[in-house]
Amino acid sequence: MAVKLKGPVIKEEWCKGCGICAAFCPKNVLKMEGNKVKAVDRDACNNCGLCELRCPDYAIYLEEGEKDDK
Amino acid sequence: MTSNLVKSYFRMDKLPHIWCPGCGHGIVTRAVIKAIDELELDKDKVCIVSGIGCSSRAPGYLDFNTLHTTHGRALAFATGIKHANPDLEVIVITGDGDCSAIGGNHLIHAARRNIGITAVAFNNNIYGMTGGQYSPTTPTGDKGTTAPYGNIDKGFDICKLAQAAGASYTARGTVYHAQLLTRLIKNGILNKGFSIIDAVSVCPTYYGRKNKKGDAVKMMEWLKDHAVNVAAAAKLPEEKLAGKFLIGELYHNPQPEYTEEYKKITESLRRG
Amino acid sequence: MTNRQAKLMQGNEACLEGAIAAGMRFFAGYPITPSTEIAEGASERLPLVGGKFIQMEDEIGSMAAVIGASLAGLKAMTATSGPGMSLKLENLGYASLTEIPCVIVNVQRGGPSTGLPTSPAQADIMQARWGAHGDHPAIALYPNSVSEAYSVTVTAFNLAEKYRMPVILLMDEVIGHMRERVVLPDENELQIIDRTKASVPPEEYLPYKADPDGGVPEMPAFGEGYRYHVTGLIHSENGFPTTDAEKTAILLNRLMKKIDNNLDDIIKYQEDSLDDAEIVLIAYGSTARSAKSAMDMAREQGIAVGLFRPITIWPFAEDKVKEIAGKAKKIIVPEMNLGQYRYEIERAAAGKCEVIGINRADGEIITPEDIFEKIKGVL
Repeated sequence: MAVKLKGPVIKEEWCKGCGICAAFCPKNVLKMEGNKVKAVDRDACNNCGLCELRCPDYAIYLEEGEKDDK
Repeated sequence: MTSNLVKSYFRMDKLPHIWCPGCGHGIVTRAVIKAIDELELDKDKVCIVSGIGCSSRAPGYLDFNTLHTTHGRALAFATGIKHANPDLEVIVITGDGDCSAIGGNHLIHAARRNIGITAVAFNNNIYGMTGGQYSPTTPTGDKGTTAPYGNIDKGFDICKLAQAAGASYTARGTVYHAQLLTRLIKNGILNKGFSIIDAVSVCPTYYGRKNKKGDAVKMMEWLKDHAVNVAAAAKLPEEKLAGKFLIGELYHNPQPEYTEEYKKITESLRRG
Repeated sequence: MTNRQAKLMQGNEACLEGAIAAGMRFFAGYPITPSTEIAEGASERLPLVGGKFIQMEDEIGSMAAVIGASLAGLKAMTATSGPGMSLKLENLGYASLTEIPCVIVNVQRGGPSTGLPTSPAQADIMQARWGAHGDHPAIALYPNSVSEAYSVTVTAFNLAEKYRMPVILLMDEVIGHMRERVVLPDENELQIIDRTKASVPPEEYLPYKADPDGGVPEMPAFGEGYRYHVTGLIHSENGFPTTDAEKTAILLNRLMKKIDNNLDDIIKYQEDSLDDAEIVLIAYGSTARSAKSAMDMAREQGIAVGLFRPITIWPFAEDKVKEIAGKAKKIIVPEMNLGQYRYEIERAAAGKCEVIGINRADGEIITPEDIFEKIKGVL
């Protein structure tokens, strides 16, 4: 059974600011602000998980659960 | 605020790791863990053995039986572990210098024996820990702190080297192609004999800077643009492959595994 | 089951049998004269007792494999000579720092470099103490007969397991290749020491937790559920790297004190006719046999000569040598090198008595006559 995901969670203190996640995010959910990544458009996230796979610092992952209705 | 995968397999008190911003080694380490997770290996039976260098710091972060050995010798230590207790799942984390320069002899002989070890070579084309000297996988013409005018050595293809020596599984992935990399490591572990996965990583700090390759993102883009999957490559004319490199499962030919062959001798002697 | 019949055995063969009796179940080696018979014997004998043999690609790899096997829970050994010993040193240092029990046999041949491959020497004495880089503890033992090649190998394993460290078993080409009639002890009578496994559950286990005053940490094997980290970097008691000066000092002091606090347990020697001796011969290995004959020749002529034969070369029997230097008029040190152990003896004698060397490093043994002549010459 597929696990439901509700977008990226960022552990800012582990982010070293390499920018890999933001550069390859297909939906432009992520953006570098200064030396840290920010989720600027969580709603656009399609939970592809590439950011988590390619974050060298384990500073980003997809949270499990239903997307919040806001 | 950490994924279950990381929480399950990392020694959380050791994170964040020491690798530089943009270093690909964290991506490869995650791929190793993901492969172990998908295979549902027993953590108590997994041994992660490394040599010396940036790559070889990985085991310290991982919650298994972990052994950080001497430079180039990881495969020889791992051979002792596997031979002594074949029930252990032995995974070697090594680097390009560690496994193909100072440890080159151990690499070809572990391959020749086809002993049940899976080696993952974190290949960043440079000696990072010592500050950017050229390695056996630094492309000809590229620079390192010990090749200020360009490297005149020819590079090793780690997979071809291991295959020629007798490895029964060789594959190449990259930190850009992280999903593929996980799958290749997984298949390497499933192969009973000696497996090697050339995990092409990025070192923006030394190799990238010395060779004007740009930042980590630029180096990842380069991997994306220059890697060709072996299946796709088979259908392409040779001129289309110029300057490209192959990724995917490059060789898989199951052969008798060393510790199983040794066991056969022991058992035949017991039967008398 | 008793095993008490007399056998004609070679020193190398007796060493291997002693190792197996001590519980050695893993051997990794590389062919090198004059130690090769040990590897050959191990390849034949180990699969018969459920053990593992492997011929590695080089000496460095065999030392590495031995350490890996020991971590996986087997008593492990390698054997080599001269140039091979030089290559072992890298991972010997690793085993010292990471406290992995193992035995390294060095059947000494003439050196330096390729030297005299088929000739005896005793010129790796200082290498056995200081060969690996950095400060480290050392235990080196040296039998002088085929029978002792068996029993001292058992001791080497016991000390390795008890103190969690590499132990060097020195032999020389003469001891390694000599054949003698031996009566092996009943295996049930041997005292065999095994490493101490963990006494606490995994969540409480710290791989390098031990009394800073020379304590030996507990050592479960890889695969037993303890999932600890081992590194050749300086580490704290949790096994992880540290550069903290205080923790570094604690670790290195503890490693040295494992030896210093247990000298009585580790140092073994043989005394012969020392009570009235005016001249004391200090000799080890095959040269001690010549020294014993020379002593007998001298005694027949009424010359009061005694023999002190260290079996434990390192740690050095300093107190005993000091005592001898305080009583004897002269100490003669015959050795097949250019004076390596003599320096150590002179240091301990500290001018209390004259220390005279008989040295040769030309591949020839020192004969009883050579020593007897020297005894007469110094009278």
